[in-house]
Amino acid sequence: MHLSTSYPSTLATVYRRVERAIVPVLILAGWEVFSRSGILPAALLPAPSRVLVAWADWVFAIDGNTQTYSGHWISDAMASAARVFTGFALAAILGVSLGMAIGWSRRVEQLIEPTLQLLRPIPTVSWIPLAIIWFGIANKPAIFLVFLGSFFPILLSTIHGVKGCDRNLLRAGAMTGGTPGKLLRHIVFPAALPSIFSGLRIAVGFAWMLTVTAEMVAVKSGLGYVLWDSYYFLRYDIVIAAMVSIGLLGSLTDLIIKLMAARVLRWQRGSTLHRE
Amino acid sequence: MTALITIDHISRLFHDPVRKQAVKALYDVSLNVERNEFLCLLGPSGCGKSTLLNLIAGFDQPTSGTVSVGGQIVKAPGADRGVVFQQPTLMPWLTVWENVAFHLIMRGVGRGERRQKAQRFIEMVGLGGFENYFPSELSGGMNQRVGIARALLMNPEVILMDEPFGALDEQTKMDMQAELRRVWRESNSTIVFVTHSVEESLVLGTHVAVMTARPGCIRELIKIDLQNRMDTTSPEFNRYKRHILSLLRPEAQSGGGATTSLKTVQC
Repeated sequence: MHLSTSYPSTLATVYRRVERAIVPVLILAGWEVFSRSGILPAALLPAPSRVLVAWADWVFAIDGNTQTYSGHWISDAMASAARVFTGFALAAILGVSLGMAIGWSRRVEQLIEPTLQLLRPIPTVSWIPLAIIWFGIANKPAIFLVFLGSFFPILLSTIHGVKGCDRNLLRAGAMTGGTPGKLLRHIVFPAALPSIFSGLRIAVGFAWMLTVTAEMVAVKSGLGYVLWDSYYFLRYDIVIAAMVSIGLLGSLTDLIIKLMAARVLRWQRGSTLHRE
Repeated sequence: MTALITIDHISRLFHDPVRKQAVKALYDVSLNVERNEFLCLLGPSGCGKSTLLNLIAGFDQPTSGTVSVGGQIVKAPGADRGVVFQQPTLMPWLTVWENVAFHLIMRGVGRGERRQKAQRFIEMVGLGGFENYFPSELSGGMNQRVGIARALLMNPEVILMDEPFGALDEQTKMDMQAELRRVWRESNSTIVFVTHSVEESLVLGTHVAVMTARPGCIRELIKIDLQNRMDTTSPEFNRYKRHILSLLRPEAQSGGGATTSLKTVQC
């Protein structure tokens, strides 16, 4: 390496900029070398370069090596993302409103909470058979599973947030002439928002997980379907390309929620422990 | 003329689950507060002064007797009684001006009008320039000013203050006391102020109700007539102070005589 630098601090700056890339680059390089070494049959662990070629064809249809998938990445990704979005949005609306009601009213809590606690320990994926017989093989069972999986974390974090609302703030609100409805909207809801957002972030991870699971079993499109289908055709390069695609889209949706939270929870800027 | 606040023979019993008996936090307390008065409720911890304030605010209900404000019997908290809490108790997600105008959010007033109406009260408590700060970005004293401005904006019949300067350092406390006197005069408001500091009650109040504990009741209601209130070392100031201390510590020698005692309740 020839770093023409006159100040040691410049070197440090350059290092800091590349610091986060060091480990991933080393892993990829090691993987490439290992795959080409022939210790394992090349088909079982495709080198990153081969994954990249398959992925490029899947996205841009460069040489047709992915055959029927060639150039279909956008529509596959959109199909999965639409399922994630629909199920997640339904879960967010129902989870937040039900969570507010349960956290706020003891009567609602006693009425609904026991049923929810009975349903909650049932693993979401165990609903797959019922989801298929109820909704058939299409979008609906996937959306149903995504909804189920993201609903509980959102519900629980909303209840937690509402119950953690400082009673003195409610006193202050009552003192300024607030009716219960106004207190709920202008005090309890904003007070619960930090907790709600942490629930949303956990839930969006579950949403991707369940979309992919549903697509492997009950749907004939989307990234999860491509992943499972390629496995049958021994195209592990496409399998890995699909895995990475799901990972990237998952981080993207997480980032979107994180940015929304940073905007809505701007008021926490003076109270965070770690400042940039 | 009827008084603005009428406290009519109220008692408040709390159940003590450890000793399995009722504790008389307040016992047969009667008190009138006239418009434009600045009444300080003074007494040691546990004498029921905060309980009394909570009853006027409507956060709590008396076991017997009634509290009326402006002729209406108090049943619940309401915007006719502005409360300034011991802790600032601001909405951390709202900026200074939004907190000051919180009453207007509850009344469904639009943003533009809220912003405009808040300004006068922000200036009144000396927070001009901090309108867009969040509570977490301000000091305790500044947050307490926001709480005072929030109560003033409601234009309440009475402002109830529960040791609002208790958590502040001595210098800030003195500044806040002087400013509260000024705000009280300028806004023609009526204030009931809970404190455990004899000096604070004399610096602030037109009247001081000295309370004693077990059972909580008003020992004496004293009208304060001081030329220069901020001079806490003047002979008049010390005469009042000596008298009040003798009430709070009955075993000590009484130094009374110079004060204007309005009423003595048998405790």
